[in-house]
Amino acid sequence: MGLENLVLGFQVAITPFNVFIALVGVLLGTVIGVLPGLGGANGVAILLPLTFTMPPTSAIILLTSIYWGALFGGAITSVLFNIPGEPWSVATTFDGYPLAKQGQSGQALTAAFTSSFVGAFFSIVLITFFAPVLAEIALKFGPPEFFAIQLLTFSSFVGLGGGNPLKSFASILMGFILASVGLDIVTGQLRLTFGFTDLMKGFDFIVAVIGLFGIGEILLSVEEGLRFQGTRTGMNPRVVFETWRVLPRYFRTFVRGSIIGFWMGFKPGGATPASFMSYAFAKRFSRNPQRFGKGELEGIVAPETAAHAAGVAAMLPMLTLGIPGSPTAAVMLGGLIIWGLQPGPMLFVDNPEFVWGLIASMYTGNVLGVLMVLTLVPFFAAILKIPFAVLAPLIVVVCAIGSYAVHTSMIDIWYMLIFGVIGYVFKKLDYPLAPLVLALVLGDLSENALRQSLIMSGGGLGIFFNRPIAAVITVVALLFFALPAITPWWRRLRGVSASTSAAPRET
Amino acid sequence: MRVADLITALGLLGLGGVVLYDATRLGIGWGGEGPASGFFPFWLAVLLIVTTAGIMVQAAVRGSTRPFVTRERLVPVLKVLGPVAGFIVVTDPPGPWSGLGLYAAAGLYMAFYMRWVGRHRWLTVAAIAVAVPVVAFVIFEQWFLVPMPKGPIEDWLGY
Repeated sequence: MGLENLVLGFQVAITPFNVFIALVGVLLGTVIGVLPGLGGANGVAILLPLTFTMPPTSAIILLTSIYWGALFGGAITSVLFNIPGEPWSVATTFDGYPLAKQGQSGQALTAAFTSSFVGAFFSIVLITFFAPVLAEIALKFGPPEFFAIQLLTFSSFVGLGGGNPLKSFASILMGFILASVGLDIVTGQLRLTFGFTDLMKGFDFIVAVIGLFGIGEILLSVEEGLRFQGTRTGMNPRVVFETWRVLPRYFRTFVRGSIIGFWMGFKPGGATPASFMSYAFAKRFSRNPQRFGKGELEGIVAPETAAHAAGVAAMLPMLTLGIPGSPTAAVMLGGLIIWGLQPGPMLFVDNPEFVWGLIASMYTGNVLGVLMVLTLVPFFAAILKIPFAVLAPLIVVVCAIGSYAVHTSMIDIWYMLIFGVIGYVFKKLDYPLAPLVLALVLGDLSENALRQSLIMSGGGLGIFFNRPIAAVITVVALLFFALPAITPWWRRLRGVSASTSAAPRET
Repeated sequence: MRVADLITALGLLGLGGVVLYDATRLGIGWGGEGPASGFFPFWLAVLLIVTTAGIMVQAAVRGSTRPFVTRERLVPVLKVLGPVAGFIVVTDPPGPWSGLGLYAAAGLYMAFYMRWVGRHRWLTVAAIAVAVPVVAFVIFEQWFLVPMPKGPIEDWLGY
């Protein structure tokens, strides 16, 4: 049944208008990915208000294309300027920048883009076949199962996120609290407004994303005195084809990276660990590991393949379960709700042309994207030659317009500024921002799932353990929550010193 | 770093307290047909208070004494924040006064920042400060029909 749906999807995705939208999206997305302060999540959030009047399918194609573009853009800054635009590009700088300094930036960029494309393509093919199956299973889910899955989503940030588990948990709680401000649609009561009419509308996740990621990132950049000391791009068709001739040698690395990426990316926050894991594996299995970190092409292939496989895989739970796997996917999910679509498995039944149009557009968007970045790299690199004193206020103005456009309200621009300061402080103190955004987006959905479950059970929490699927997921989620507490104890039991792993992190 | 960590945790603790207070007002138990409005916020607040208490202990025990931010690194941050606040006030000040609208304010703000921090030539500054608002106006007001706050200049031009 998969293939005829995909054909239907391509009929939607290859209309001239939608191809044009995808082109614009990839172009904008790459610019967004290259610019400091404008990551994928933030770029999608700023442009979301512009899509309110579009047909939903074109709107989601625009937003996903921006996402693909932003993923490609991150690689450009990593290789040429040693500045990872996104956390999952960090591993790309290890070998990308040394190669660029040796005058081989053309090879490095070609390898990065090609690997990104391969990783993304692998995940898209898997999504094409897995999404309908997963949606079919998810159709049988009730509120307890959905709440359990949401619990699992957040628990993986705490247990597998890698940061300070307490601070991750505090971020999640803060997101949920911000989401609950305003009118409670179930009882009609006002919550946490304390008589202020401005608080009645609550906090919009779009404004929060723009402030936390956009303004916060600019504040961090000026504090660190961001300087672009770039190297030449050195891209031309000859270099591209010569690099392509070499790349099949890394076939195993491609496959390993894709699998790691898809497996990790399916869970939230997975792209960054996936890129590091893939890099580590490539180094371990390489015939010349000593060359890693000094400009080894394989050291670019491994993290880029995994990061993009993960970035695309994050779309799978968003489409089938209504659970976004990344902040960008969270913003898109918010978009679905605004466009009047119900995220989750019913999407496959009620709006097949939307879902399959989106999946087909992943193929077209990534093909367009890789061709575009390969040809336009000098243009994108030139953007970073613009002085920071011009870029910074320009980005602030764009962020302000995006925030205001959501509800045409002035207070949102103030919120943007406040979220910017919060983002700056949180980032410095190692509070992760992604779970906060996810909680803010999912807040109402999670609370409703919890309430409906409790209504079904008459108030008992047993309902999360009585139903087989819910029980398994809940137990795994609780295990993840407890993981940071268990790990040091487990290590001590095995005779490994706990203090080495629990050293305070300074970032 | 430790002091900043403690202050932030204290702020979150305060947030938890405020939420707790409002949740008890709304009712934290069983309402008419299901959990009352305050049920979910109440448990969020309880967990937040417990978590931030943990963070504070952690920060006090093994927080680093490295400063959160040095004075010379804070200056550029404040130089960004100040003009942004000014930009928002000029766009549309809180209270009964009317502002210049977003486009004019954006032009002024960009010009100020480019000149003050970037020390760019007046010609460059003027060109960018006019071009960006005009392009933004065409994209948002004309193409996508997203209205922004407008002021006397747009009135005078007849929009």
